[in-house]
Amino acid sequence: MRKILLFILFFLFNVSKAYSLIEVDITRGNLNPLPIAVSPLFSDSDTKQELDNETNIIKLGEKISEVVENNLRRTGLFNPLEKNAFLQNPDVAHLKPRFEDWKLIKAQALITGQVKFVDEKLRVEFRLWDVLAAKELMALAFTTVPENWRRVGHIISDKIYERLTGEKGYFDTRIIYVAEQGPKTKRIKKLAIMDQDSFNTKYLTLGNELVLTPRFNPTNQMVTYLSYFKNLPRVYLLDIETGIQEVVGDFPGMTFAPRFSPDGKKIIMSFAKDGNSDIYTMNLENRIVNRITNHPSIDTSPSYSPDGKFITFNSDRSGFQQIYVMKSDGTNVKRISFGKGLYGTPVWSPRGDLIAFTKLHKGKFYIGVMRTDGSGERLLTENYYQEAPSWSPNGRVLIFYRETKSNSEGKGFSAKLWSIDLTGYNERQVPTETDGSDPSWSSLLSN
Amino acid sequence: MISIKILKNVFLVFLLSFVLSACATQTKKVDSQIQGDVYTGTDTVEYLASGVPDRVFFATNESVLTTASRDTLRKQAAWLRKNSDITIVLEGHADERGTREYNLALGERRANAAKDYLMTYGISSDRISVISYGKERPVDSGSNPLAWSKNRRSVSVKAN
Repeated sequence: MRKILLFILFFLFNVSKAYSLIEVDITRGNLNPLPIAVSPLFSDSDTKQELDNETNIIKLGEKISEVVENNLRRTGLFNPLEKNAFLQNPDVAHLKPRFEDWKLIKAQALITGQVKFVDEKLRVEFRLWDVLAAKELMALAFTTVPENWRRVGHIISDKIYERLTGEKGYFDTRIIYVAEQGPKTKRIKKLAIMDQDSFNTKYLTLGNELVLTPRFNPTNQMVTYLSYFKNLPRVYLLDIETGIQEVVGDFPGMTFAPRFSPDGKKIIMSFAKDGNSDIYTMNLENRIVNRITNHPSIDTSPSYSPDGKFITFNSDRSGFQQIYVMKSDGTNVKRISFGKGLYGTPVWSPRGDLIAFTKLHKGKFYIGVMRTDGSGERLLTENYYQEAPSWSPNGRVLIFYRETKSNSEGKGFSAKLWSIDLTGYNERQVPTETDGSDPSWSSLLSN
Repeated sequence: MISIKILKNVFLVFLLSFVLSACATQTKKVDSQIQGDVYTGTDTVEYLASGVPDRVFFATNESVLTTASRDTLRKQAAWLRKNSDITIVLEGHADERGTREYNLALGERRANAAKDYLMTYGISSDRISVISYGKERPVDSGSNPLAWSKNRRSVSVKAN
């Protein structure tokens, strides 16, 4: 992607670290989302004229506010209030809100802001106000090229989320997934990437060959995935900035289930040979390949702990698919899933404390989480078919895909992306242009 | 003491056989094309040559060859011995009721079960390559046990 993006980030005023009344608890399902008023970012008439002439984006300030508002709404933690009820004009409110007016419409927090156009660049500033305490909580400004206006909205959302919940946000992020089209028996699959809020979809492959399971490098813009290029299923590495692809390693057989190590320097994956799949790593700097498991059962879906010291993976060495944890050198293998049913696709949380998984029990599929020793299993959602959870970078939300049943002609089938909070609340479909599967959430792009 | 034990065992065996036969008749009634979770019909089967079926079927999560599968593979082996210039690709598949990555491994295991059996009947491994499609290429797009049983398969495809 474009790296021209330049963020000059500075504090307009001293950010008050004093005790504030608003606190959003994200550790429980939030049934009373915080009422928040997002006053549209305003521009003076000169700027408006310039923006219209220079950028072809009409009502840019309003649009950035909409991005923020929609991000906050989708968390389930905030309830952005109806704008028609706002009593104070955006420009006046940005200077000094009349808190009584905002109290009247039950707002507890207020966001105001302004967009300027300076030297061909957007200068966006915003303020977050605590309505009940009648004070400013935060004030920030960003400068960037006009094409990046949606990202500005995402970064503002991240700042507000962080200030009000105490945790990093996940809005300035992207989702890579497999876009699907066509009948089940001849499904066409392409790699696709979009912003976390489903905008800016781009297709990275043409659909000539089958592609599966793309995953982001947590440290840069690389992606690893499985491609059936020339009918040889192999793990590939793709640079999404340059479009350059390469095969990972020189294996005499299928490599699959790739994932990056937390430092982004290794790929861990399965290699299948003579009916047996084992786990291998390849160091991307020196190309050294290491065998991690050596067992006649299927070992697949490996995922590192965020400190890189452990690996969780899927194996049927007990006779059925179960989840295991081992040290990253392959020693100390321990089974951790002992509930009823089959377990697959373990993924270590970026916070380190949980492993998300797919479970199949009595013909139903579940997305769930357990502690890394297997205790505290919690099933978040049950459905006809769903699998492959991927964590938001702050470890608070899971994205996965869900398929529907089809009749004998294949009618009724669909594959869609869904997300759910760790609390089990706030389940929602993540819109995609076509059907989608195998989502992977990027790290925060700006930091 | 011993006689009681024997009596117990006889009773157990009797009970077990009763249960088994009850199961068998029940599945037969439900669908005559599936036996013990393995597809036995001919709906999707194509032929490499007259009397040489191209595919074998598996039970859920299994890669064990059934008696019928071994019979099919012996026919394939005989045909391959007669046509020594032919090479084949074994395409292993799984049904849609499993996680994608595990199913890729399972498809590979199934195709290799077929490959191993062909090799014991004298077919050189040079003539057989293996590819797994996991659950990516079903033949039957239905979401029902019969469709799934048709999709759990290893198909021998002429490669040249």
